[in-house]
Amino acid sequence: MAMFLIRRIGHGILVLWLISVAVFALFFVAPSNVAQTLAGRQGTPETIALIKHRLGLDLPVWQQYLHFLGNAVKGNLGYDYYHQVPVTHIIGQALPITVSLALGAAVLWLALGVFNGVISATHPRSLADRGLTLFALFFYSFPSFLLGLLLLYFLYFRLTLSGFGWFPAGGYAPLAGGIGPWFQHLLLPWVALALLLAATYTRLTRGSMLDVLGEDYIRTARSKGIRESRVVVVHGLRSALTPVVTQFGIDLGQLIGGVVVTETVFSLPGLGQTAVTAINQQDLPVIIGIVLFASAAVVVANILVDIGYAVLDPRVRLH
Amino acid sequence: MTSAIEMVDVLDEPRAIEGRSPFSLALRRLRKDKVAMISLAVIVLIVLMAILAPVFAAVTGHPPNEQYRDLGLTPDGLPRGPNGTFWLGTDDLGRDVLVRIAYGARISLLVGVIATAITVVIGVVLGLAAGFLGGITDTILARLIDVVLSVPFLLVAIALVSVTGPSLTVTVLVIGCFSWASVARIVRGQVLSLREREFVEAARSLGAGDRRIMFVDVLPNVIAPVIVYTTLLIPVVIVTQATLSFLGLGLPPPTPDWGGMISESQNYYTTAWWFILFPGLALLVTTLAFNLFGDGVRDAFDPRADRT
Repeated sequence: MAMFLIRRIGHGILVLWLISVAVFALFFVAPSNVAQTLAGRQGTPETIALIKHRLGLDLPVWQQYLHFLGNAVKGNLGYDYYHQVPVTHIIGQALPITVSLALGAAVLWLALGVFNGVISATHPRSLADRGLTLFALFFYSFPSFLLGLLLLYFLYFRLTLSGFGWFPAGGYAPLAGGIGPWFQHLLLPWVALALLLAATYTRLTRGSMLDVLGEDYIRTARSKGIRESRVVVVHGLRSALTPVVTQFGIDLGQLIGGVVVTETVFSLPGLGQTAVTAINQQDLPVIIGIVLFASAAVVVANILVDIGYAVLDPRVRLH
Repeated sequence: MTSAIEMVDVLDEPRAIEGRSPFSLALRRLRKDKVAMISLAVIVLIVLMAILAPVFAAVTGHPPNEQYRDLGLTPDGLPRGPNGTFWLGTDDLGRDVLVRIAYGARISLLVGVIATAITVVIGVVLGLAAGFLGGITDTILARLIDVVLSVPFLLVAIALVSVTGPSLTVTVLVIGCFSWASVARIVRGQVLSLREREFVEAARSLGAGDRRIMFVDVLPNVIAPVIVYTTLLIPVVIVTQATLSFLGLGLPPPTPDWGGMISESQNYYTTAWWFILFPGLALLVTTLAFNLFGDGVRDAFDPRADRT
């Protein structure tokens, strides 16, 4: 186990390092006029050169990279070009919003997906099964921005027009300001995200539940006269959930850098929206910082998933 | 082992009762799947709409980028709803929504098919190489797969497009170059177990080289999961393209494309429902048809999953 962990963490660091090289090369090789932008329209060549020097942009790319890497190892991802705010600080500001969005949606999509999957699996090929599969695929087919806009149209615009101002048009209310406004601002984004992702979980739960319900020990449990609901939930679901947990870990890791659209549609200033703003402003340290942070989230999630897999399923040995 | 060529032969022989290949059995199951067949019909209709887009323009008399500032806009300068002249209404610049949807289908399908093809070719070749050749090749390719799968795809795609400037080629390349890793991982996993099988040893003892064994003997055995994955990848790619357009990184205006139309309609959704509804519906119907069809393909190729 210890050897496994060391190897996986080593691989993870290697992957992150490769990503940092690739991202750095990509953006620093691409033409940038950020110094020009910062200098303003009246910026003289001298001012631009000075700004370039201040930002370290006059050094060769490989020196800039080594500088970046040296700081990154110490936990410093550099400063944003416009206000000299530490990138780690910017990430720290945006992260709670993205995490609130991802975790709340996760609760919804897990509940929805697993529940529907179990219903489908216990009544295979029935009307309910087909209906739920169609329901899941319908929302799975939705482009996330379209689903978001639709929710906003009906639940914000139409409802507010009819005098029910239950949902805001977007924006974020920090948890510190009370759980009510926080919940109110996040409910629509949660639903939008959860409906999209629930489909995968419905299918996954259904498939693995069908496999498990065909096992001998389920028949044994039934023949002992245990209630069907108990057989399904306690005996069946427990082992059927292993692939669901795996997928869940992977999805959560990817959501850290993957909720760009939902954040944009609902004007949530999380990591995704911050990154998009940075991209539009060519604010390279912020872009690189967020991309690396999001990649790290995926790498860590994958390692946790492997460990969780071994804990859940005693047959799996890590080596 | 049946090779791809033999499979096609079996299909062409009407009386081949003995020894149906798994492929023809899967096709048979697919043909009996009503939902999949209806979805296929819808896909064919959308393809026809894309091909016949100029006919839409000719019948209505409205070129896709023509702005009807008087006829197509209300005196207040707002889009006009569906009427006898503009069947699905007009957009914010007085252009015909119907004609633009028809032309937009071309972009969605083109990107969907080409980017998926690039993804699958890269993924299959690298997956085969990693799984079959093993050793240092596998080590390098496996790490490369890890890297691509760990990168936040949409963020990097947005960043790339903003650096290079939006165009059809960039969209296709970005999607293709970042989606191959999942295909490669699936293929690699399959090949790892296949290369230990007797038929590979048999081929080698007959004097076949690596390349021949990989593409002639091993490849046909991984075709089924690849076909399933490919069908389900097309709608994902179409959505990705629309998403990039929605974020303003699709195709330079005035090229009509669904994601861009929905993006333009955002400021009008309170006053001009048709402007967002019809492009949205076109996009949704397309992805839904591909997903339902892909679901049928999956069930047909993996009968274990759905028959109890």
